Amino acid sequence: MNSPIRKVAAGCLLLCLALLANATFVQAFQANELNEREGNRRVLIDEYSRERGPILVGEPPVAIAESSPVDGELGYLREYPEPELYAHLTGFYSFFYGRDGIERTQNDVLSGSADRWFFRRLIDMVTGQQPRGGGVKLTINPAAQEAAWDALGNNKGAVVAIEPSTGAILAMVSKPSYDPNPLASHDISTQQEAWAELEEDDDNPRANRAAAEILPPGSVFKLVTSAAALENGFEPDSVIPAPAEYDLPQSERTIPNYNGRACGDNNETTLTNALRISCNTAFAFLGNELGLDVMRDQAEKFGFNSAPLANAEVRSAASNFPAEMDDPSLAQSAIGQRDIRATPLQIAMVSAAIANRGQLMNPYLVDELRGPDLVRVLEVTEPEVVSQAVSAETARQLTEMMVEVVENGTGTPAQISGIQVAGKTGTAQTGRDDPPYAWFTSFAPADNPQVAVAVVIEEAPDTARDDIAGGRLAAPIARAVMEAVLGS
Amino acid sequence: MSVDGALVPRRGRGIELALLIFAIGIATAAYVSVDLGANGSVPANAVAYMTGLLVLTGVAHVIIRRFAAYADPLILPIVVTLNGLGLAMIHRLDLAEGKTNAATQLTWMVVGVLGFVAVVVLVRDHRILSRYTYTAALLGIVLLMLPMLPLIGHEVRGARIWIQIGSMTFQPGEAAKIVLIVAFAGYLVRTKDALALAGRRVLGVDLPRARDLGPILVIWFAALGILAVQNDLGPSLLVFGIFVLMIYVATERISWVVLGLLLAAIGGFAARALFSHVQARFTGWLDPFSDTDRFGQIVQSLYGLAYGGITGTGLGRGRPDLVPFAESDFIASALGEELGLTGLMAIIVLYAILVSRGLKAALVLRDPFGKLLAMGLAAGLMLQVFIVIGGVTKLIPLTGLTTPFLSLGGSSLVMNWVLVGLLIRLSDAARRPSPTAPPPTVDDAATQVVKLT
Repeated sequence: MNSPIRKVAAGCLLLCLALLANATFVQAFQANELNEREGNRRVLIDEYSRERGPILVGEPPVAIAESSPVDGELGYLREYPEPELYAHLTGFYSFFYGRDGIERTQNDVLSGSADRWFFRRLIDMVTGQQPRGGGVKLTINPAAQEAAWDALGNNKGAVVAIEPSTGAILAMVSKPSYDPNPLASHDISTQQEAWAELEEDDDNPRANRAAAEILPPGSVFKLVTSAAALENGFEPDSVIPAPAEYDLPQSERTIPNYNGRACGDNNETTLTNALRISCNTAFAFLGNELGLDVMRDQAEKFGFNSAPLANAEVRSAASNFPAEMDDPSLAQSAIGQRDIRATPLQIAMVSAAIANRGQLMNPYLVDELRGPDLVRVLEVTEPEVVSQAVSAETARQLTEMMVEVVENGTGTPAQISGIQVAGKTGTAQTGRDDPPYAWFTSFAPADNPQVAVAVVIEEAPDTARDDIAGGRLAAPIARAVMEAVLGS
Repeated sequence: MSVDGALVPRRGRGIELALLIFAIGIATAAYVSVDLGANGSVPANAVAYMTGLLVLTGVAHVIIRRFAAYADPLILPIVVTLNGLGLAMIHRLDLAEGKTNAATQLTWMVVGVLGFVAVVVLVRDHRILSRYTYTAALLGIVLLMLPMLPLIGHEVRGARIWIQIGSMTFQPGEAAKIVLIVAFAGYLVRTKDALALAGRRVLGVDLPRARDLGPILVIWFAALGILAVQNDLGPSLLVFGIFVLMIYVATERISWVVLGLLLAAIGGFAARALFSHVQARFTGWLDPFSDTDRFGQIVQSLYGLAYGGITGTGLGRGRPDLVPFAESDFIASALGEELGLTGLMAIIVLYAILVSRGLKAALVLRDPFGKLLAMGLAAGLMLQVFIVIGGVTKLIPLTGLTTPFLSLGGSSLVMNWVLVGLLIRLSDAARRPSPTAPPPTVDDAATQVVKLT
């Protein structure tokens, strides 16, 4: 009987091996997939039972999202002390609706599950310490953020401020905003009501208009056209045609100037003057003169056609410069109309690149990752060059032209006493019945830029339609933000 | 006979004692770390718990020294380790659910050890058992049929494998398993030569003669009957599997295994077609995520296992209470969650070693009855572990069987201790250096046809 007993033994061994192999498959190879399955409450409950790390801004750091212990199955409640001011940055942290913003993209740090803490977790496991999440410090300057928030008032729009030399985002405000606190509530019905309210709101308060919504930029795009011109043989004092109306090639239609008049004597003007008074016909001419490839190339050097915040800090949209278009469209595109679409972040990046001697820095929001003690800094984001958008010389010339805009042109409301400001207005037509978008972008001080700003106002309920213009409406907001950065 | 027979001068009682102390160390450490993990404090009765385990298993050890001095030294420590881990996990689930199952289980462990002692002391020679072949067969059938009786039969979650008397519930299937193995061994020793005669040869396999198919068909129908009435695949699969393996070992004819697999497949398909309960188990196996409410148990089990990952959450740190009935059917997934793949593998390997010790005794033993009995008990244990752990890890469809020594449940724990008592007795007989002349207790021993291998 021993021979069959041995075979039975071999069979038993096979059964054991099958069990071991299957357990390995489930627990080692399939584990991540199972853990990430929707409806797997285990991982969530575990996450909530740990103290989630805070999101911090400023120096000394202040928490704009923090967790505090509460009774109940979910051990910690997520709270946002200044909910609306920072909602589009922090995002929300909801048991029911998941995560958004920094809460989403930095989840592994905040929840303490990042791979970098593997050994720490091992130690916690051995010592019986309850693991805690790490902190995420943002680049935001609270004074600038508050200034942008206050200056925007009741208007629907967005503000972005960037430190030109690094790309660090100093302010990012989008209005209307929302309160992430009820979404983080442990009461399901509170969450559901808050969510339903947000979903029903036609203004879509959850949308981050500063980085994730693309709009026609209007005349602020003339900075890109100017840059392309200066890079391709034009000088600030080059004389270009500037009639009252520009005849679109291959078409019966024309592009008029804002005031219906020519921009200079003999229907001509200089590039500097064209930018100063935002002369449509001159830039439409330049667009066709430079051609599609040069224009698109210049736009892409400034960051168009690729989504910034590639490190996935908050959702962002790529600004659009079309790959193909005919000459009439190109002329309209050169003044920021037609199919050109940009985020305020993109426009701020254009200003920031000009301010940084033509060098475009990668914009970023996460300044530092800190350990669970919030003191030890684990990782500091290193500034990163994206491209040399224009030469240093072109940047210098553009700066002078933009200073001219603020000192003697359309952008005078952005002036700050004692400090030279460089800027550009924009008023983008959106349709016959809709109000235009008011844009303004600027940086200061012009000789040593500390901050570049872009402002857009989509709707200004307290302002008459005819008064909505970049200079009048958006420039003072940019000024307030620049003052806040320079003053602090 | 193999060389194994020559390697038996060591009794190994010292090794057994050392390993036993180690096993109690593991059991106590598991108990303490459950409280540390869940409450952050050392349980007040940790020392009492350890002392209790020492005394209880010490009794078993002393009894082995006195009555089965040559028994395999690994069996008792492995069983104590498994029992201890089961107690710790049941205690852990008690903490999460506010129950006191662990105390009950500890009581049953005491009863189990008493049952073990009774077997080792009373069954002085395993060959005595072959006298009771037909009594055992009858008893086994009665035990299997008990849950079908109207008054005491008791259905839990669709499976009618329980009997209830007053507030006490038992799963007689566990006892039936052992009794039937004894009956099978006794029966097959008597009939193996007839069963081994070759019939028609088909595809290179000598099929048994048609007239010898009676027994396997009877068992097959009985298994299907159990399945039909009890609504559960586990016990019938186990009983049938054990019988097929034993008839194979007795006759040395692989055709019985082929036939057995064929019959099992037919039965399985028939059951799937006929019984919605079995069909649901198959669907839940193939695609549990198709309906996470209906198949919530296996889904939660998989979530738990995945959550534990390779190293586990640590005892008291996971959420095994999210798996319904984690303390009984799903204790392996609860342990897999908190002890991780590492712990689950260790548990599977412990079972593997335990089974291998039983099979080794089967190899070394000289009498056919003993060989068959040891082999049947060991392989039956292996099958059961495979069916239940394979079920909760989604290797095979889920069935209602307990995890030996780990699961909450008195009848299972006690009967498995009894089973271990028999294994101790058998391994003692196998390893005893100069076998004393077999007492002429088996009436037909002298006339038995001894097959030389």
